[in-house]
Amino acid sequence: MRTVNFHIKRYDPARDAKGTSRVEAFEIPYETSLTVLEGLFHIQEHQDPSLSFRYCCRASICGSCAMYINGRYRLACQTNVLHLHTDEVHVDPLPHLPLVKDLVCDMDDFFAKYEYVQPWLQRSSQEPAKEILQSPADRHKLNMPIDCILCGACYSSCPSVWTEDNYLGPAALLKAYRFEVDSRDEARKERLPRWDNERGVYRCHTIANCIEACPKELSPTEGIQWLKMAAVRRRLFGRAK
Amino acid sequence: MPHHQLIVVGGGLAGLRAAVEAKASGLDVAVLSQVHPGRSHSSAAQGGINAALANHPDAHDDTPEKHAFDTVKGSDYLADQDTAIQMTKDAPGVIFEMDHWGCPFSRFDDGRIAQRPFGGAGYPRTCYGADKTGHYLLHTLVERAYERQVKMYIEVFVTSLIVDEGRCRGVVAYDMINGGFHAFTADAVVMATGGAGRIYGNSTNAIISTGAGAAMAYHAGVPAEDMEFIQFHPTGLLTTHILMSEACRGEGGYLVNGEGERFMARYAPKAMELAPRDITARSITTEIIEGRGINGEDYVHLDLRHLGAEKILERLPGIRDIAIHFEGVDPIEEPIPIRPVQHYTMGGIDTDVDGRTRLPGFYAAGECACVSVHGANRLGGNSLLETIVFGRRAGMAVVADLEGGSAGGGDVSAAGSAAVSAMEARVAELASRGADGADPYAIRAEMIATTRDYFGVFREESVMRTGLETLRRLKERCGGIGLRNAAGVFNLDLMRTLELEGMVDLALCVAEGALARTESRGSHSRTDFPARDDERWLVHTLAYYTPEGPRLEHAPVTLGTFEPQERKY
Ligand SMILES: Cc1cc2nc3c(=O)[nH]c(=O)nc-3n(C[C@H](O)[C@H](O)[C@H](O)COP(=O)(O)OP(=O)(O)OC[C@H]3O[C@@H](n4cnc5c(N)ncnc54)[C@H](O)[C@@H]3O)c2cc1C
Ligand code: SF4
Ligand code: FES
Repeated sequence: MRTVNFHIKRYDPARDAKGTSRVEAFEIPYETSLTVLEGLFHIQEHQDPSLSFRYCCRASICGSCAMYINGRYRLACQTNVLHLHTDEVHVDPLPHLPLVKDLVCDMDDFFAKYEYVQPWLQRSSQEPAKEILQSPADRHKLNMPIDCILCGACYSSCPSVWTEDNYLGPAALLKAYRFEVDSRDEARKERLPRWDNERGVYRCHTIANCIEACPKELSPTEGIQWLKMAAVRRRLFGRAK
Repeated sequence: MPHHQLIVVGGGLAGLRAAVEAKASGLDVAVLSQVHPGRSHSSAAQGGINAALANHPDAHDDTPEKHAFDTVKGSDYLADQDTAIQMTKDAPGVIFEMDHWGCPFSRFDDGRIAQRPFGGAGYPRTCYGADKTGHYLLHTLVERAYERQVKMYIEVFVTSLIVDEGRCRGVVAYDMINGGFHAFTADAVVMATGGAGRIYGNSTNAIISTGAGAAMAYHAGVPAEDMEFIQFHPTGLLTTHILMSEACRGEGGYLVNGEGERFMARYAPKAMELAPRDITARSITTEIIEGRGINGEDYVHLDLRHLGAEKILERLPGIRDIAIHFEGVDPIEEPIPIRPVQHYTMGGIDTDVDGRTRLPGFYAAGECACVSVHGANRLGGNSLLETIVFGRRAGMAVVADLEGGSAGGGDVSAAGSAAVSAMEARVAELASRGADGADPYAIRAEMIATTRDYFGVFREESVMRTGLETLRRLKERCGGIGLRNAAGVFNLDLMRTLELEGMVDLALCVAEGALARTESRGSHSRTDFPARDDERWLVHTLAYYTPEGPRLEHAPVTLGTFEPQERKY
């Protein structure tokens, strides 16, 4: 029977000093459709029940299983071992984030920053009795940012996040962009001070690691650059749009 | 011990909608969820959500009544007609509200919400956001929950109910991030933990869709209703069982067998590929059994190629990505290999039209509940609708009941501590057997193979008897399970071991219900009893927990508006 080797970065707060970790190797049976997530389950069920990792949908839509696999940001459920073209599979948690255990990182800051940009549609107009009309062209502007699954890969990959704790990071700013370009939203002015500052868009130096990292092939950088221009336009012309 | 007026277990669409509703009325609400709410299984829904908006040019005379009729007919007349009527009546309002909250529905040229045809529906009334409707709806409600400042306990795994003096007063849960079991007490609890698809070995559902909430309710004495009705979706990906949405056929996709024939012409000449799911799943299975699968194997093709690249990229981009990543097939170039797989749990916690159960203080909504609007077969697009309509109604019912003074009132900390101690004792017992005890993963593997192989699309007494015997044996083995890793944080072994027995109990409800029901209705199709038997079986099944296995009772179906007829499509 063919096998592959999983090399997994382990950290257990009950046993390892903060900031340290170990790598443990597991040999597991291989079949053509094996995904990295299935490999992790095989280990948890049959070799080491104490292995910890996040999962839910196994269909690349819930954003639970972003990890650093063979030198790249990937969703474990979407990564077929076959496509790694090697029998040695190295699985690390998202780099540069504090760890909870093994492949599970602490996402509290990530979600606090998401919440900070007030990622909800805000309106003051009287709501119509039916839907708020939106042209297909206006709806089209949302296509890219609404596909974000909040997996955190971009956030983990961004050097500006590594060096500045306060930086909101690519995912939260992409969310700000998502509402900035929604024709139904009426709080652009109110939301602006949350991202139009050093904590926000000006901390992005267009290194574009986030684009490379994003498993959904989104471009937070593009959204951030758009926001920068919107802020300038607003200053120069005083317009809301 | 944290106390809230309302605890909602589950951060999917149903749970969040209940929480947002109750919070808006001023209740102190907390959501407990084993994953961040935005990661709930609802995010995987693809095709859309039904409401008679009459936005589609071919649907200008659509109405909630017609939607109700399609729902009841689709259910093979087992749905309670009053609840189906209520759901379809509430539908347009809740959809418009989701739009006002920012849900990015796809649009028609005139700016109105776009709608597409779906199976079993007389009109194109399925509202959608490309093929990621669940993801868009869920993120919209997550955003609203943050805006309303609903308290969220994230990565908290609920294991049992706290019942005190005949009322539900909270839950016991394992704190995945910090470790340990804690009581979360409340004046009311809404269960919204989603479906139980993972009791089957071939499910489209998320890995965490294990039926935990339904099992907890069942153990607390609330009956599980109509559990034998398990929906098999016609089009699951061959290797991974990941769903290829009904929207593929709604947009015009074909089902083709090994002889290159659009075989649905033989089973549903009018509706063709858009027949309801039970009929379509049976048709595919029949093709496979009769040797007309692709190359004689156990799958057929879902062919989208004639739709063209532009339409596929605009309407079905997520489907295309999934087919490429998980099956290595680009639907623009090649047909997709598919077969019927477990998809939806029509049964669940028995509730009324406002989510109330027989246990005071305990409510349920969403896929874990059985209201029942889906009866013996759910229509595509009605489940997302159910989560939002009945999540909202459960939230309103809690507010009304607590205001009406039916709150638990008394101090519940003693009951809370006792429930935590009981859970700790259970864990200690499991841990004491350790690696010497029965292997929970071996039991799980055998259970999911048994449900898949013995309680599938077609059912027959002798086969089911064998399956039931196996499940009973597995239930017995659950008594001797060993837990190998009892301590620490993010302990998957602990959670997966604790949830197992509940999964086996629900599988037993499916099995006993299916064996007892000597007729064919909706998704429950018996080769030995091929006809529907309204005389004897136009009734709901209620399964009550006993240590010896489920005790079945029957309850009448609410009729009154639509006369049961033969289903033709
Ligand atoms: C692939 C797929 C596609 C679908 N597409 C459609 C569609 O197009 N249209 C349609 O109408 N329906 C569709 N459905 C059905 C629909 O998506 C589901 O029925 C619906 O989303 C269920 O929502 P819910 O809120 O009841 O539960 P879920 O979204 O499953 O949420 C359950 C919640 O409970 C929590 N939870 C569970 N157990 C515990 C526990 N023990 N402790 C703490 N928390 C717990 C989870 O963390 C989660 O937050 C689809 C289903 C699948 C599988
Ligand atoms: S932008 Fe991409 S990488 Fe970043 S959180 Fe969203 S999906 Fe993940
Ligand atoms: S498990 Fe949901 S994205 Fe991988």
